[in-house]
Amino acid sequence: MSAPLLAIEDVAVELPTPRGNLRAVDHVDLSLQAGRTLGIVGESGCGKTMLSRAVLQLLPKKAKLTGRVMFDGQDLVRLAPESLRRLRGRDLAVVFQDPMTSLNPVLTIGTQLMETIQEHLELDAPAAKARSIELLAAVGIPAPEQRLVQYPHQCSGGMRQRIAIAIALSCEPKLLIADEPTTALDVTIQAQILDLLAREQRRRHMAMIIITHDLGVVAGRADEVAVMYAGRVVERAPTQALFKRMHMPYTEALLAAIPKLDAAPHTPLPAISGRPPDPTRPLKGCSFAPRCNYAGRHCHAAKPVLTSAEMPDHVYACFHPIRMTEGMEA
Amino acid sequence: MLNFVARRLLAMLPVLLAVSLLTFLIASLLPGDLALVILGDQATPENVAALRRDMGLDQPLWWRYLSWLGHVLQGDLGRSYRTGQTVLQAVAERIPVSLQLMLMAEFIGLLIGVPVAIACAARAGGAFDRFMTGSAFAMLSMPSFLTAILLIYLFAVELRWLPATGYVPFTEEPLASLRFFVLPALTLALAEWPGIMRVLRSDMIATLQEDYIALAKAKGLKPSRILFVHALKPSSLTLVTVTGINIGRLLGGTLIVESIFALPGIGRLLVGAIYTRDLVILQGVVLLVACGFVIVNFIVDMLYAVLDPRIRHGHA
Repeated sequence: MSAPLLAIEDVAVELPTPRGNLRAVDHVDLSLQAGRTLGIVGESGCGKTMLSRAVLQLLPKKAKLTGRVMFDGQDLVRLAPESLRRLRGRDLAVVFQDPMTSLNPVLTIGTQLMETIQEHLELDAPAAKARSIELLAAVGIPAPEQRLVQYPHQCSGGMRQRIAIAIALSCEPKLLIADEPTTALDVTIQAQILDLLAREQRRRHMAMIIITHDLGVVAGRADEVAVMYAGRVVERAPTQALFKRMHMPYTEALLAAIPKLDAAPHTPLPAISGRPPDPTRPLKGCSFAPRCNYAGRHCHAAKPVLTSAEMPDHVYACFHPIRMTEGMEA
Repeated sequence: MLNFVARRLLAMLPVLLAVSLLTFLIASLLPGDLALVILGDQATPENVAALRRDMGLDQPLWWRYLSWLGHVLQGDLGRSYRTGQTVLQAVAERIPVSLQLMLMAEFIGLLIGVPVAIACAARAGGAFDRFMTGSAFAMLSMPSFLTAILLIYLFAVELRWLPATGYVPFTEEPLASLRFFVLPALTLALAEWPGIMRVLRSDMIATLQEDYIALAKAKGLKPSRILFVHALKPSSLTLVTVTGINIGRLLGGTLIVESIFALPGIGRLLVGAIYTRDLVILQGVVLLVACGFVIVNFIVDMLYAVLDPRIRHGHA
């Protein structure tokens, strides 16, 4: 295999809080080949958004980042601000969770699209405008020319997320990070947006990271899935393999927490009991142990490291891995 | 948008009416008989009674208000019984002075306040921010007569760069006129910029936390574009309000500064009217100044709509 487009190497993020240092990301290693899709899954506060901000170099000022983020042969962590700026928006793009707050309310949609295009591509205003119209049409916005002079508040949430995607796609990035791109949207819009992302990704041959709390979102769309818990990657596998034979009890619990359409009425949802550990007070053992049905005494005493199972690209961090013989489709 | 303008204009009417009533009451309820003041101590009761009849002072208060309001609506604000000048003449004579002072003071104030605020917000908590926030606080607590005297001492007495007092109309000798106004305008501006700076700084700091600023960074935009285009516009609503209030206040004249620098502005006209109990001038000028204030606020409302499209479209 060629060198990966993105290699996250031993990345840790610490945030100072009044209660002590909070370890948001705890030594994560991940890599992604050009044109592939990686799903990062985990519940709120597991560090998935902080990890994406670390890749984008958009962490809060006080955050302390260690490790390396190799993108296209350059370490983003040590890149000069000006080089980083030229990379962002052109090769490295992002779609945020909430389209209600991620677009500037006082600038027209046209301005917000064209400024990115004109910043990175050598296009004059008419050419940038033509490209903006093309992009809006590509993300499924009707009457794109009229939308250019409108403001974000004149569009629906789904429409705004399409516009945010158009902005992200505007310079043909090599990598698109979609941070919970559908969480803030109506259920009926969610599938549309995800399909749009998948379609544009194939068409433009770009790599994509989809961050989500919903295993269902990554099921048919990611090549590989990394499950995060308490700032660490606890299981990583090709999507098919993960759904067929998950080894980490946390992954199983996440999957069980998705409501099933064919379940009988009033079936209680098997929620994961308890809460994630306090990230300012790291546990000595496995961070999931307090909530785990399989945990033994050993789990509370030592931290399991990522080890591979029967396949080298399927790794998990667990002393009591579960093995499911039957395949499971989400 | 037209609808928005019409609604705001309509909302001004009751305010203006209330202003006129208050202005009238202030002048009318002052103790002492106006006729007696005009005629002096030696007046006979018959003369006083005759003058009261002439001036309509024997009529009930509400009737006097309505007849005054009627005249005002026809553009007749009355005439000073001392100088014979109409209110409009007196104001027309003084307003260029106050207007020029106000414009120059606001210009200098914004010229200092806005860049400092942006620089502070861009590196909030940094050395420059802490120094400027401290200086602004010190400036804010300095009374204008002290600033004025210090400026006169420095620029007029020691350096001899600028005149300390005097006035020529801008229309006669523009450059000389500007020179006369630099020190008084600077005196006012030094009291204005800390407010401008603090308001804009805190709004900018809040705006810079927004998601759309993070996205602007992720888009690889230049830092200057993020600050001036993405952050400044949505942060300037309070700034516009503060500037509007400042302008309205300065329109009414600035007695202390006008007195120190011997500028014949509205402030001195008003105080003169109070000293001489020239009630016609007093209530006329107060009414005009109040109307000016209301109109400035109307313009501020319009500027909101220009700055924020959500207000224009009735969403916020």
